[in-house]
Amino acid sequence: MTSKEMLNHLVAKHYEGALQAKKEGRPVVWATSICPQELLETMGLVTVYPENHAAAIGARKEALTFIEHSEAEGYSADICSYARVNMGYADIRHAEAQDIPLPDLIFCCSNICNTVIKWYENLAKKLNIPLIMFDMPFNHTYEVPAHSVKYMRGQIEYAIKQLEDFTKKKFDYDKFGEVMKLSNATCEWWKKATDWAKVKPSPLNGFDMFNYMAMIVCMRGNEDGHKLFKLWHDEMEAKAKKGKGPWNSAEEKYRIIWDGIACWPHLAVTFKTLKKYGINMVTSTYPESWNVRYETNDLSGMAKAYASNYANRNLDYDTDNMKKLVDDFSVEGIVYHSNRSCKLMDFRQYEVQRRIAEATGIPSVVFDGDQTDPRNFSEAQYETRIQALVEMMEKNKEAKRRG
Amino acid sequence: MSYQDIIKKLETAALHPAKTVTEQIRKTGKDAFGCFPIYTPEEIIYAAGLLPVGMWGGKTELKLADKYLQSFCCSIMRSNIEYGLKGTYNMLKGIILPTFCDTLKCICENWKAAVPHIPIVPIVYPQNRSIDAGFVYMTEELQRVKGEMEKITGRTLSDDDLEEAWELYEEYRRTMREFTDTAAEYPQIIGAKRRHLLIKAGYFMDKREYTQDIREIIAGLKDEEKKPFAGNRVVVTGLLAEPAELLDIFEENQLAFAADDLAQESRQFRTPGGTEGSVWQRMAGRICDQRGDTFLYEEEKSRGQMLIDMVKEKEADAVVIFMMKFCDPEEFDYPIYKKELEAAGIPMLYLEIDQQMDSFEQIRTRVQSFAEMLA
Repeated sequence: MTSKEMLNHLVAKHYEGALQAKKEGRPVVWATSICPQELLETMGLVTVYPENHAAAIGARKEALTFIEHSEAEGYSADICSYARVNMGYADIRHAEAQDIPLPDLIFCCSNICNTVIKWYENLAKKLNIPLIMFDMPFNHTYEVPAHSVKYMRGQIEYAIKQLEDFTKKKFDYDKFGEVMKLSNATCEWWKKATDWAKVKPSPLNGFDMFNYMAMIVCMRGNEDGHKLFKLWHDEMEAKAKKGKGPWNSAEEKYRIIWDGIACWPHLAVTFKTLKKYGINMVTSTYPESWNVRYETNDLSGMAKAYASNYANRNLDYDTDNMKKLVDDFSVEGIVYHSNRSCKLMDFRQYEVQRRIAEATGIPSVVFDGDQTDPRNFSEAQYETRIQALVEMMEKNKEAKRRG
Repeated sequence: MSYQDIIKKLETAALHPAKTVTEQIRKTGKDAFGCFPIYTPEEIIYAAGLLPVGMWGGKTELKLADKYLQSFCCSIMRSNIEYGLKGTYNMLKGIILPTFCDTLKCICENWKAAVPHIPIVPIVYPQNRSIDAGFVYMTEELQRVKGEMEKITGRTLSDDDLEEAWELYEEYRRTMREFTDTAAEYPQIIGAKRRHLLIKAGYFMDKREYTQDIREIIAGLKDEEKKPFAGNRVVVTGLLAEPAELLDIFEENQLAFAADDLAQESRQFRTPGGTEGSVWQRMAGRICDQRGDTFLYEEEKSRGQMLIDMVKEKEADAVVIFMMKFCDPEEFDYPIYKKELEAAGIPMLYLEIDQQMDSFEQIRTRVQSFAEMLA
């Protein structure tokens, strides 16, 4: 079985398992994408991820049905489209792309944004179910401050009690240790697999990373995820050793960073436009986002690792991180997705762009889009921006050739 | 000075913030220190011998801010960055900025780059306020801010300084609660716009002088005869009710504000501080006890019920929503409390606003029809 086949099989298994659990009367959890899932896995709670689901609905070009439903309910067209899709789904309860069971518990972690606090608070209220909140204070300092770590550790301990009350089961600390170990190992394979894109040409087609991402969200803490990422890694390694690039039908001419999430409803056109010019997205901020690593059984270390997500860090960190990606992945250009859904990423993009341009001299472009709302994207604007990027990258290449 | 003169003084103060702050600096001999929305520990600033000044945006042409922020950013924050870049805030010794939403987090980071000559002290409030770890974190964060203020001012803050500032601020908040209650009984004297300006003046004045002024206004009002009001009374909710021209429309249509749930107004003072423990615990208690606030996580989401209770208690006729465009937290709360208010049979008027708006005709028509409907 190839990793792609395994991926498709696991996605199906993940959703079927969740639907089956609901049928059997077992509780289902809805959780945010970079939450301490170790606690849920330890408790054996079946979990689905609304962000994954909204992305799938977006890619299937079905998002508007749910978005329009939410907007009719009073949600502004200016709020996160994942939230609008998901809250629409909570009412409509059927999508051609994929069905998911409704939750019995909400599990929310604010390390990705404050928007999820509002979104999940609303879900819990709407569905009248309990919510477990992990508040991870924004790090305006370069490192995570000690009193934040203590606060987060306190929340983990409190969440364990809440989970014990919810499941009426004791929390199994031995199993917790095992899950922590496995989660760390899975994250390591995810990172190692995506790191193969450092090789020139990159064996990894960056848009594939977007697909595998769904699984690092929902399968970090179990054997399936561990096997999948190890297999993907091995495939990348084999390809790299043979000197194979990202595609069979074209050569990798330019290597770029894609800043921000995909435009799911326009995935094909955004990908094909890049490929047409031989542009491969070799990395983004996402490989590091799920490289959640800490010492097994170290609750404070775990809290700190989760709080260290890129989106939760300050501009100096973000700049250093992006500079490192440019160097490590031999990047020649950057595409910044000004994603109408994600204010947290958008409103520092301009400053990051200036700093990276100054530090590295590589060109970049910004385009307007959205992660799931198909209305906020223009194919013509996108193509024009990509053409401009190609011209700038080509000029740099030419200058290099001439020494 | 008669209480009417004090009202005029405060209205003028609110309409001309730069002039007011300059005068206050001269009068008190203190340096000014900026306070971003939503909450900042003003007591610490005051205890440090500084004059806390509110930074709630304003009407200005947005040009320089585009270097940092896309157009779909809330207008208060775009204005603040614009003012920072063009030097309007140069009189400030520093600013405190809380990271209550994703936009504020970014503004925090952009400020460091865009306005490097005005030092920033970020503060991160806990969202899990009801558990011990959240409460302890809040007290530690407040003490960290105190440390930052000491670095900026070069002055050590004693517990006595803080206690004194805390008492003053608790007194200010008590007085403001009394003011809003009293003002509601004299809608002919304290119309919607005047009410807003009188509350807003507090952001630009030393709280000692300001609290005294408000006390005198309350006393003056209480000497007046209460008259029956021919119009209708509404409870208002949202970030703020600006531009102030909007409020003329409410007065024209005989709509008085019976009470508010505005971030810029009552949310600042409706919750008293804790009564036990250290000054840090009392300060933390005030944040942890705040209910129905969109910027503070609350599993039970009590805002809708709170608005219903306010309408009943104040015998108001409706709720008016001032929705600041691009304010995610406010926009997320709306569908939830809308449903609850509808179920309770309370009429609602939803107005989308931003600070740079200059055409009010559409809003005028809507307020007018709403007032006719209520009458």
